[in-house]
Amino acid sequence: MQPATPLPPGTAEQELHRHGLSAGTRSWAATVLRRFVRNRMALLGAAILLVLVLLSVLAPVITQATLGWGRDEMDFQYILAPPSARHPLGTDSLGRDTLTRLLYGGRVSLGIALTTVVVYMVLGSVVGAVAGYFGGWVDNLVMRLVDVVQSFPFLLLALTIVAIRGPGVENLVVALVLLSWPTPARLVRGEFLSLREREFVEAARAVGARAQQIIFRHMLPNTLAPLIVNATLDIAGVILTEASLSYLGFGVQIPVPTWGNMLTEAQNLAVLTRMPWLWIPPGLMIFLTVMSINFVGDGLRDALDPRLKQ
Amino acid sequence: MGRYLVRRLLQMIPILFGVSIVIFIIVHSTPGNPYAYMFGPKVDPAVKEKRLREMGFYDPLPIQYVRWLKQTVSGNLGYSVHSGVPVIDLLKSRIPNTLILTGSAFVLALVLAIPIGVISATRQYSWIDYTVTSFAFMGISLPSFFGALVAVYLLAVKWPVFPMNGITTPGEPFRLTDMLYHLVLPATSLALRDMAGFARYTRSSMLEILRQDYVRTARAKGLPERIVVYKHALRNGMIPIITLLGLSLPTLFGGTIIFESIFAWPGMGLLTIEAVSRRDYAILMSVNMFFALLVIIGNLIADILYAVADPRIRYA
Repeated sequence: MQPATPLPPGTAEQELHRHGLSAGTRSWAATVLRRFVRNRMALLGAAILLVLVLLSVLAPVITQATLGWGRDEMDFQYILAPPSARHPLGTDSLGRDTLTRLLYGGRVSLGIALTTVVVYMVLGSVVGAVAGYFGGWVDNLVMRLVDVVQSFPFLLLALTIVAIRGPGVENLVVALVLLSWPTPARLVRGEFLSLREREFVEAARAVGARAQQIIFRHMLPNTLAPLIVNATLDIAGVILTEASLSYLGFGVQIPVPTWGNMLTEAQNLAVLTRMPWLWIPPGLMIFLTVMSINFVGDGLRDALDPRLKQ
Repeated sequence: MGRYLVRRLLQMIPILFGVSIVIFIIVHSTPGNPYAYMFGPKVDPAVKEKRLREMGFYDPLPIQYVRWLKQTVSGNLGYSVHSGVPVIDLLKSRIPNTLILTGSAFVLALVLAIPIGVISATRQYSWIDYTVTSFAFMGISLPSFFGALVAVYLLAVKWPVFPMNGITTPGEPFRLTDMLYHLVLPATSLALRDMAGFARYTRSSMLEILRQDYVRTARAKGLPERIVVYKHALRNGMIPIITLLGLSLPTLFGGTIIFESIFAWPGMGLLTIEAVSRRDYAILMSVNMFFALLVIIGNLIADILYAVADPRIRYA
């Protein structure tokens, strides 16, 4: 599927207007948006996601205005307190307000996921584009590298990298990027192998466009649809991975809260068995976020490529 | 087929080389001295230096890699820096436990997911279909370890039906039934996520196949619906599932790390966590290589199963 370029003035567009029609002038983005909005589950997912993003972005403002607790502020008389008016979701083992940390946690979890996915999608697409466009030994080299990286036990090696380089946000992102770029690279390369033979690419080459121009201006935009779908669904995957690593203590380190490292409290037997208010909310937040992202991703896939609709 | 197998096995060699080089670089890119634990606090620094030099700690990385490779090929996986136990002994005691856990989770996921997916596809838009699709959607969105924690909370704490963790009841002699009893919670919660994915795939794959002409032909010649669905359609419907099986292996093995940690299941995952927190490099190297090998072999098996499921696919 190609993004429709605006029709040259004075041709089909005017023709349609003369007959009182305007369907032909609707842009690609508008068509996609219209299809997406028709999907009720996707719309619901997008709405939930919007609320979650707003809550995360505005976490400092909201918590200050309502509860008034700081992210790491300890309330010494209320350690491991059950839910109350003072602490609606109770407090953790250091007397910090769980609800406040839950809101801040979303900031970190969503931020990391978004950064990671954007970085490796861009990296992977460029690598895949170069491999697919040039072919030959470049392609061979890249694909063997892809084979190697895809043979790694993902979570295990991510854990090893983070453990060796030291736990922390940057190292977590580095590890996830290093292990994830092959998926978009494979996808873009595959698309490029067939796009390379298409007339519009040949035309671009015939008018003397440089490889760089052909790759980035003519070919890459044609692979956007599957990339967007992939990136959306991958954000959900990265949130889950970050949560797993943080739960094990090799992701984001306290006092910075993420939904994953808040679940670490459940490693304490007393918390797991008697204080569900400490670990169920962050788990539910991950669940809710991932589910809405999956709804949005499915909706985007159907909207961007109706042929794939199941 | 035989020649294809040989070629695929030969192709595994460069990939394994690549994998081992990358893992070696990562493991050895550590700042500081991994052998610091090996020496007591009273050891003379000069003696320590000399010993490290003898061990080849200061050699260039490529030389260290070649040495590691030679040793590994000859069956020596090194020693745990922490306990001094040969790594191979540790692996021997842990590998079976991990294979029992992942194997039963995998089989459980498949055995439940395929019939569920097929039933859901044959009754598209019925209440069964809606239930299955919503549950499958929730299953792929649920962080599987959170699911495991909830399972422990409900089925081991609130209503203590199953043991909370461990592989056998401590202090009792080994009994198979006891181990299976301990296996229920970890294996089902590990299976949950993959099951949801497999069921979704089976459903969409079967929906596509059931619309094809040859299925109509089979029905038209009067075959019972059961035969049409399970014999004619399912065989083709399985082909995309096989790809998915191969692709899901890395996450399945990755999942064991977190599940073994939650359920204190003494397998490779727990060994990894111990090794990571103690920076035990020989173990980390071996564990990573072991799982990489499993992933590669798993993908090979998936490719072979293709040919079994679909005789049109011929490998030459």
